[in-house]
Amino acid sequence: MLKQNLALLAIVAALAAAPLFIHRNGGAEFGGADNRAQNLITEIRPDYQPWFTPIWEPPSGEVASLLFSLQAALGAGLIGFYFGRRSARGDRQEKADKTKSVAKRAA
Amino acid sequence: MHIMEGYLPVSHALGWAALSIPFVAYGARKIVRTLEEKPETKMLLAASGAYVFVLSALKIPSVTGSCSHPTGTGLSASLFGPSVTAVLGTIVLLFQALLLAHGGLTTLGANVFSMAIAGPFVAYGLYRGLTRAGASMAVAVFFAAMLGDLATYCVTALQLALAFPDPVSGVAGAAVKFLAVFAPTQAPLAVSEGLLTVVVMNLLSRYSADELKALGPVAGKA
Repeated sequence: MLKQNLALLAIVAALAAAPLFIHRNGGAEFGGADNRAQNLITEIRPDYQPWFTPIWEPPSGEVASLLFSLQAALGAGLIGFYFGRRSARGDRQEKADKTKSVAKRAA
Repeated sequence: MHIMEGYLPVSHALGWAALSIPFVAYGARKIVRTLEEKPETKMLLAASGAYVFVLSALKIPSVTGSCSHPTGTGLSASLFGPSVTAVLGTIVLLFQALLLAHGGLTTLGANVFSMAIAGPFVAYGLYRGLTRAGASMAVAVFFAAMLGDLATYCVTALQLALAFPDPVSGVAGAAVKFLAVFAPTQAPLAVSEGLLTVVVMNLLSRYSADELKALGPVAGKA
């Protein structure tokens, strides 16, 4: 399983890195697809005015990236905690099974 | 897939919200019921929600030269079903709307419908269908998560096309244009989401066999 998982993770990393390599000559901006959709809206309906604006916006790119990393860190932390608990449980059980079988043999 | 704040006409914003509310309400009740009946799955539910948190925060470069993010909803849709996932996705979208100005409150209903309802339903249907047809857990999860991710972005494109029909070619023409913005960028990301979800399912079947069994015959098969 470990080998398969590492191979899968390697493919994911390659899929994320390949675009940077393909566009290494600076032809791409790597902006958000959401923004491109927004531009398309203005293209289709040049007169459209958003009727509501965000009640709060991160004041800078730095603050936005802070909150995005916070989002990812919270999620990753919880997943790590979860698998930590579960794998510890597995180890304990294995150990218990082993001592049991040793005890049986001794008896 | 985040439709920006204020970028849907009022009637559309209200319509999508009205459509989404029953799913989220039913999902909230199902979460309460699941935790009462199978309290041992509480941690797994939290971890599945955390997976949505992580994946939807990652803006990944794509071959088109744009960036987009996976949804992370395929895992909990496969494990807990689409209505539970509707609640988890709504929490994430609310976080992003309030703290990141990413998406919005007026477009929350539409964004919930695409990311937390439509995508999870596609993922759940594929996961059930493929495992019943005898596909291995890895194959079923891969296609569920990948196509659920793509479905979310296709629904967003359709939502935008309905709100902003092309003056010449109408809703269909606009749909083609919006799909052209989202689909090619999303395709490699959807593959990544499928692969990552297989990794997590591999770990779950190794370490969480009891919980998978408690969740039912389909998840238990994993």
